Amino acid sequence: MKDRPTVLYDVPGPRARRRNLLWTLLFLIGLAAVIWWVVASLAAKNQLEWSKWAPFFTDARVWETYILPALKNTVIAAALAMVIALPLGALLGILRLSDHRSVRAVAGTVVEFFRAIPVLILMLFANAAYSEFTEISPDTRPLYAVVTGLVLYNASVLAEVVRAGILALPTGQTDAAKAIGMRKGQTMTYVLLPQSVTAMLPALVSQLVVIVKDTALGGAMLGFSELLASVRPMSANYGANTIACFTVVAVIFVALNFALTTFASWLERRLRRGKKSTGAVVGVEAVEDLAVPGEHPETH
Amino acid sequence: MFDFLQGYDLLGAFWVTVQLTVYSAIGSLVWGTLLAAMRVSPVPLMRGFGTAYVNIVRNIPLTVIIVFTSLGLFQTLGVTLGADRFTTINFRLAVLGLIAYTSAFVCEALRSGINTVPLGQVEAARAIGLNFPQVLRLIVLPQAFRSVVGPLANVLIALTKNTTVAATIGVAEAALLMREMIENEAQLLLISAIFAVGFLCLTLPTGLFLGWVAKKVAVKR
Repeated sequence: MKDRPTVLYDVPGPRARRRNLLWTLLFLIGLAAVIWWVVASLAAKNQLEWSKWAPFFTDARVWETYILPALKNTVIAAALAMVIALPLGALLGILRLSDHRSVRAVAGTVVEFFRAIPVLILMLFANAAYSEFTEISPDTRPLYAVVTGLVLYNASVLAEVVRAGILALPTGQTDAAKAIGMRKGQTMTYVLLPQSVTAMLPALVSQLVVIVKDTALGGAMLGFSELLASVRPMSANYGANTIACFTVVAVIFVALNFALTTFASWLERRLRRGKKSTGAVVGVEAVEDLAVPGEHPETH
Repeated sequence: MFDFLQGYDLLGAFWVTVQLTVYSAIGSLVWGTLLAAMRVSPVPLMRGFGTAYVNIVRNIPLTVIIVFTSLGLFQTLGVTLGADRFTTINFRLAVLGLIAYTSAFVCEALRSGINTVPLGQVEAARAIGLNFPQVLRLIVLPQAFRSVVGPLANVLIALTKNTTVAATIGVAEAALLMREMIENEAQLLLISAIFAVGFLCLTLPTGLFLGWVAKKVAVKR
């Protein structure tokens, strides 16, 4: 990174540069102390031995037996949840914009309810409900439970994303549709929805990150064999290399989500620049706000 | 109908949830503010560290972080955070994990607040000879905090919901009790409704109250 002047400080002169150098040194010493402490405690517990890390680089079986199947499950659960939650969310979002007060109230209650409850609670409920009321085999039940929990929660978040996307469109769009004699349903399906889909693409992609992260709950609490759940059997089979396993799993999650985040921001920048669009974009940052009960997307 | 509740410490479980939330909120506010200060500071190394921390931690699932504090920090490295009882250790580890995760979001919220402070104010502050720490402490952060009460409230509510993840390492909070009750009792719908309402009671008032506070303290420009 280059030393560039921002609002908060001037272009550094000679004294400021010396001061910055001093701070850099102090911070470096602090950071080095922390790193040294971490490395020392890792070494004391034999976690740095090459044999504990080697399997990930030299032994293809770690990847074939543990990591790749687990990654596949993570991706499957996240993709399924997204694909099911999206139409459900779109429906809820549209119902919440209905002209009928009762429809609005019902959709609103559903959305606010599921946004206020932790995903883990929904997953635990789904898991128990499937085992009590259905014939789903215990092997596939965790996947069902994880996806159901994710769908219930994320459909309500996506409902708000969709609503924000529709509300962000310029009012002229609805006016023009009315002017050429379209009915309400037609306005929605032919004019508003197609445009709001583009407008909310960045928010949708960044919501996918939230979904990917939440699949790990299934691994920890429901016995769903995703990435996090692969840590235990892996470290049991490769000489208690817990730290190495966690590092690899974390790196995979970070790489996957970082790719999604970067893609979402790129998409947002591109859409905001685009000349053909209406200029309505639900940004990446919006997802955080929409995931919170009682918070409403701004009407423009 | 509610006979089965005897023998379960429902209030105690939710009290643990509240405690987890409060301790983690305080911790991540402090650490998140420090991170935000680093991210806007004139020292490139600090900026780099802040950026790297936020980008890495935000993309790791909280569950991975919490399970790591138990399996990695405690069981492998023997970190106990000064506690000797097993339950206390897990509680403190969960708080540590929640702070590490939530502070990344606090940092981002604060940084967006810093951006709302008008240029002229900072220029004026620099013109009367305030240095960077003073500009940040006296001029920018007080206004930034007032403008980000809303976003910080969102982080707090997300944190409240995220405390359930502590159940993965056996902290006796609401989600863990819910699992135990579901296993032992044949009242699935009732139990789920109780816990759902419990969380509604925790999150909705917080959101409404802090939303009101946000409107009240916002800097009118």
